Amino acid sequence: MSLLDKLDAVAAARKALLPEGIDVFGMPIEEVYSATEARVGDRRILFLGTNNYLGLTFAPECLKAAHEALDKEGTGTTGSRMANGSYSGHRALEREFAEFYHCHSGIVFTTGYQANLAMISGLAGAGDVVLIDGDSHASIYDGCRLSGAEIIRFRHNDVADMEKRLRRLGERSKSTLIVAEGIYSMLGDQAPLAEIVRVKNAYNSILLLDEAHSLGVLGKTGQGLVEETGLIDGVDFITGTFSKSLGSIGGYCVSNHPQLDQLRYISRPYIFTASPSPATIASARAALRLLRDGTELRRQLWQNSRQLYARLDALGYQLGPQPGPVIANILDSPQQALMLWKGLLDHGIYVNLILPPAAPEGKALVRCSVSAAHTSEQMDHVGNVFAELRKSIFQ
Amino acid sequence: MTTDYNNILSRLCFHLKQLASPDVVIVPETDLINELAIDSVKLLSLVMEIEDEFDISVPLNVLADVQTVHDLANLIQHIKSTKQ
Repeated sequence: MSLLDKLDAVAAARKALLPEGIDVFGMPIEEVYSATEARVGDRRILFLGTNNYLGLTFAPECLKAAHEALDKEGTGTTGSRMANGSYSGHRALEREFAEFYHCHSGIVFTTGYQANLAMISGLAGAGDVVLIDGDSHASIYDGCRLSGAEIIRFRHNDVADMEKRLRRLGERSKSTLIVAEGIYSMLGDQAPLAEIVRVKNAYNSILLLDEAHSLGVLGKTGQGLVEETGLIDGVDFITGTFSKSLGSIGGYCVSNHPQLDQLRYISRPYIFTASPSPATIASARAALRLLRDGTELRRQLWQNSRQLYARLDALGYQLGPQPGPVIANILDSPQQALMLWKGLLDHGIYVNLILPPAAPEGKALVRCSVSAAHTSEQMDHVGNVFAELRKSIFQ
Repeated sequence: MTTDYNNILSRLCFHLKQLASPDVVIVPETDLINELAIDSVKLLSLVMEIEDEFDISVPLNVLADVQTVHDLANLIQHIKSTKQ
C-alpha cells in the first residue's frame, strides 16, 4: 500500500462510519458568544464539550492581561525557550506554578501535549521502563515512544495489576517511570493515588501525575488530585495544561526534584519549538490567580457536575464510574453514539463524540464536559434533551 | 524449547479462538489483523490475558513487529526465556 493509499483507506473508513454533510470531528464554530455559548452554522449552541471547567475564557482579568501583553510584547516570541523565547512572563509563570504547588521549581511548555512528551522523553530513555495506565492520554503514549524506553501498560486504575508488573521487572523497577492521571479524560474517573504512591514507594520507582483534567477541579486551591488526597509529597513530577481550567494554551511541570531544571537542556519538545506567545502567558498567569482563589467556581462546577450526572444516571444512561466535570455516556455501538450526538446537536447542544479505537474497550462515548459557567437551568435543559433522545436511541 | 513453543502456541490459539469467528482455522502463519480481524484494541486485551497466563510483561514497543500467530508465540517464548 502506498503512502497515499493509506490516507484513502482512512477516508473510506470515515465515510463508512460517519454521516455525510456533518463535520463530526472539527465542527466549524462561527462565532463564540461566551464561555458556554456559540454559533454553529445559523444555530446558537450550548457548549457542553469544551474543557473550560472554570469558564475563564472570557474572564475580564485574563482578557485585560492578554491585551496588555499583546500591546507591549507583540504577537509571538518567534523562538525557543532555549534561545530568544524566555521572556519575563514565561519565567514568572514558572515561579508562580512552583509557588502554587509549594514545589522547588517549575517549567512551562508550549502545550500540555508537549509537557508530557517533554517530561516522559526527558526522564526515561533506552533501557528504562515507562509503566502507564491503559487509558492514558495520547500525549503519554507518544511521550513514551519518543523516549525509546520500554513501554508497559497496566489495566486502567488497577493498582494490583500495576504492582504485578513492577514485581516482574525486578531491579529494573528502580529505573521505571510510572505515569497516571488525576482525572482520566475518557471516563472522567480519578486515579487511586494513595495506592499508586504506596506501590511506587515500595518499588523505588518515580511517579509522574498528569493533572490536565484535575487542575482547578480538585483540591481546596485547585492543585488537583495531589491536593484532594494530600499526597503531593508522594508524587515526583506533576504535569498539566493551560488549555482546560486556565482557558488558554500551554503546559507545565513542577517538582521538588532539583534535577527538573536539567530537562531544559535535553528535552526535545521543550527545545525545538517556539515558546508560548506573551498574550497566552499573560492570560494563563491571570487565570492561575483566579483558579487558586476560585473556591466558588469549584463549588458551582461540582454542583453542575453532580446535577447532570445524577439526572443521566436516573435516566438509565451508562456513565463513567464517578461524578465529575467529565461525564462520559458509554454506548455499545458507534451508531448509537452518533444518533445521540446528532440528536443533541439538533437540540443545540454540542458534546464530544469518541469512537473506537479511541474509546476504551471498543465502546463509543458521548462525552459531556461541564463548566462552572453553566447554570443549573442549563443542566436541567440538557437532562430534558437526554430524556427525550433516550426513547428513540434505545427503542 | 520446542515443547515450550508448542505449549505457548496452543494456549495462544485457545485465547485467539475466543476472539475469532468459529469457522476460522488458526495456524502459526495466520495473520492476526488481516485474517482474524484483531484490531489494536483487541490485540492489547489479548496481550494482557497472555501476560497473566505466562506471568510476563510484553512491552508495547515490540508488538509493532507482530503480524502472525507465530510472531506472537515467538515473542512470548523469547520474553519467557530472558526472564528465566
